[in-house]
Amino acid sequence: MTTVTQQTEMVAEEHPIAPYLRMDRIPHIWCPTCGIGTAVKCFATALEETGVDLDKTAVVSGIGCTGRVAGYMKLDAFHTTHGRAIPFATGLKLGRPELLVIVFSGDGDLAGIGGNHFIHAARRNIDLLIIMVNNFIYGMTGGQNAPTTPLTARSSTMPFGNFERPFNLPHLAASCGATYVARWTSLHIRRLTKSFKEGIERKGFRFIEVIAPCSTLYARLNKLGTGFNLMRFYHDNAEICHGADTRDLGIDFQNKLICGKFVDEERPTFLESMHEHYNKILGDRYVPIPPEGGMIHG
Amino acid sequence: MKADPAGVLTGAHYLDGDFACGEGAMAAGCRFTAGYPITPSTEVVERIARRFPTMGGLFIQMEDEMASMAAIVGASWTGTKTLTVTSGPGFSLMMENIGLAVMMETPCVVVNVQRGGPSTGLPTMTGQADMMQARWGSHGDYEIIALSPQSPQEAFDLMIDAFNLAELYRVPVLFMMDECVGHMTEKVVIPPAEEIEIVPRTLTSVPPGEYWPYHVNGKYVPEFARAGDGYRFHTTGLTHDERGYPDMSAECQEKCVHRLLEKIKNNADKIVRFDEEQTDGADVVVVSYGITARVARMGVDLARKKGLKVGIIRLIVVWPFPEKRIRELAGNIKAFVVPEINYGQMVLEVERCAAGQASAICVPHGGGGVHDPNDICEAIVRAAK
Ligand SMILES: Cc1ncc(C[n+]2csc(CCOP(=O)(O)OP(=O)(O)O)c2C)c(N)n1
Ligand code: SF4
Ligand SMILES: [Mg+2]
Repeated sequence: MTTVTQQTEMVAEEHPIAPYLRMDRIPHIWCPTCGIGTAVKCFATALEETGVDLDKTAVVSGIGCTGRVAGYMKLDAFHTTHGRAIPFATGLKLGRPELLVIVFSGDGDLAGIGGNHFIHAARRNIDLLIIMVNNFIYGMTGGQNAPTTPLTARSSTMPFGNFERPFNLPHLAASCGATYVARWTSLHIRRLTKSFKEGIERKGFRFIEVIAPCSTLYARLNKLGTGFNLMRFYHDNAEICHGADTRDLGIDFQNKLICGKFVDEERPTFLESMHEHYNKILGDRYVPIPPEGGMIHG
Repeated sequence: MKADPAGVLTGAHYLDGDFACGEGAMAAGCRFTAGYPITPSTEVVERIARRFPTMGGLFIQMEDEMASMAAIVGASWTGTKTLTVTSGPGFSLMMENIGLAVMMETPCVVVNVQRGGPSTGLPTMTGQADMMQARWGSHGDYEIIALSPQSPQEAFDLMIDAFNLAELYRVPVLFMMDECVGHMTEKVVIPPAEEIEIVPRTLTSVPPGEYWPYHVNGKYVPEFARAGDGYRFHTTGLTHDERGYPDMSAECQEKCVHRLLEKIKNNADKIVRFDEEQTDGADVVVVSYGITARVARMGVDLARKKGLKVGIIRLIVVWPFPEKRIRELAGNIKAFVVPEINYGQMVLEVERCAAGQASAICVPHGGGGVHDPNDICEAIVRAAK
């Protein structure tokens, strides 16, 4: 027997960022009030508002809850291995220099297991936009300590509170040579979107840290209420200070969060330095890798 | 198609195996190489670093071997042919992203100029003890292709085959050299570009919108779309369906992994390659590869002088292993003798295929040198009894 449901006035309005997502993969896996979602929304809005050529834009993630972002973006999208999103993205960018390559991943992925790649890509000024969702914890694996967990905060592997000093990531990025460094919380929707837009438009190693609640693990382990409570808390305790000295950007447990744009400067990218150098040394003999890739066409 | 002349250094040269290997990669069309220095392999990338800027290639020295491997997988998704080069300690670090290349079906070539191990082992001296690591070193079930050259000339020639196989089967191809071959200098003849047949990266003709990255349509190898051509595809190291979307079910796992295995297994007859000599009527067949194949030949000559009937199988493609031929031979001979610079790795495979029909005798060498041909001869004499 067939049942026919009559839906005379079904609302068919599409979500404004739907064209940027793989709607055939929705619903996503993220918990309610997880901060990753708003970061994705801001990112999609930034793609739309900058009008970049989406056919020439690739997104690379590592592993983790944030690592799933690549799986939902309707771009050339690579879900790679834990910690290796940056070197994978480096290969993509250098293999086809005309691409806009964005790395979207978690704090554990990019600053923990992938920390070495992070500092070297910044040092080389590889042309990558790095979006890191910092929820102060390893979300995907169940709330273990991260290199970002604030002192005294609890994690499943620091059940008595964390006693390891965390990274001050904007400072790390800046001191390694990042050309653009900013930090916002996941509730700074407009400012975060604007920052993403700037990040998309700039060149070189651009780093944007998004402070976001992990409602299920970090919030619960630390009795901080719901994800929404925590999102509000981060937002309300943010002190916007553009151009702040990055040495002062360390984060204490449930304390003020200095947000803003800290670095925005130009420095030759890896590829620019390489071209300039080889042009000088090799002259006409230099044949750069073609913008569309070093492929030999059949 | 024919090789791009820009990468082909046509002529007769006097090259060591590492340089020849680098020349082979460039002739094969490799235009992106990422690596981290390690003896005895570094000369391969040094050669490439010097020659790439004049042929549209890009070399980058990464911060470690995990990064190098990840970078060549990433770069391969732009359609560029990619290579990384290492030795034992670095090979260990590459294992996870070799698995990623297997899972994402990414063509690329990994050279391992083997030295003595475990750990730092014998940095400057030879070994062949990574042969099983090549086969099984990354976690999970997979099939892989690996080649082993016995001379600088072969380091050049087989490198072209390695790149071609990587393209044909969309799999990382492991190039298992050894320090001896890497550092020996011999005549290497590089033919004109128009005599070098290469398999280009073939891009799908399915338009964006209709394309799914792992849709095989009854074939073994899916069609390739590269990043930046408007396909907006997704690929992942997670178990995935034909769309490249994660699917955490036993059914999808079976389908996904099964094809990764079958595409190599069911084409093994086309991939497997070995030299065979005087196995008709032989009592003993010596199975070897790489530098040891050349030493073993001396042992075989000594044994033949004693009137023994000895055949030779020299593995050129080591993985997949020539199961069929070893099985056939096992029914006709007394024993296989397998010298290798390890304590018995490929001999396990020979023994498995011989399945009790003939014995498989290991002639081990711990590394740091090659066998004394007399030891190989003695093993043959004992085996023939
Ligand atoms: C090599 C390796 N080690 C460990 C893991 C397990 N693992 C998966 S995600 C993860 C942590 C992710 O943390 P983060 O990057 O902060 O992402 P989040 O889930 O918090 O967004 C770990 C340790 C893995 N997948 N691979
Ligand atoms: S576990 Fe935490 S980080 Fe992961 S989706 Fe849930 S709330 Fe977000
Ligand atoms: Mg995290």
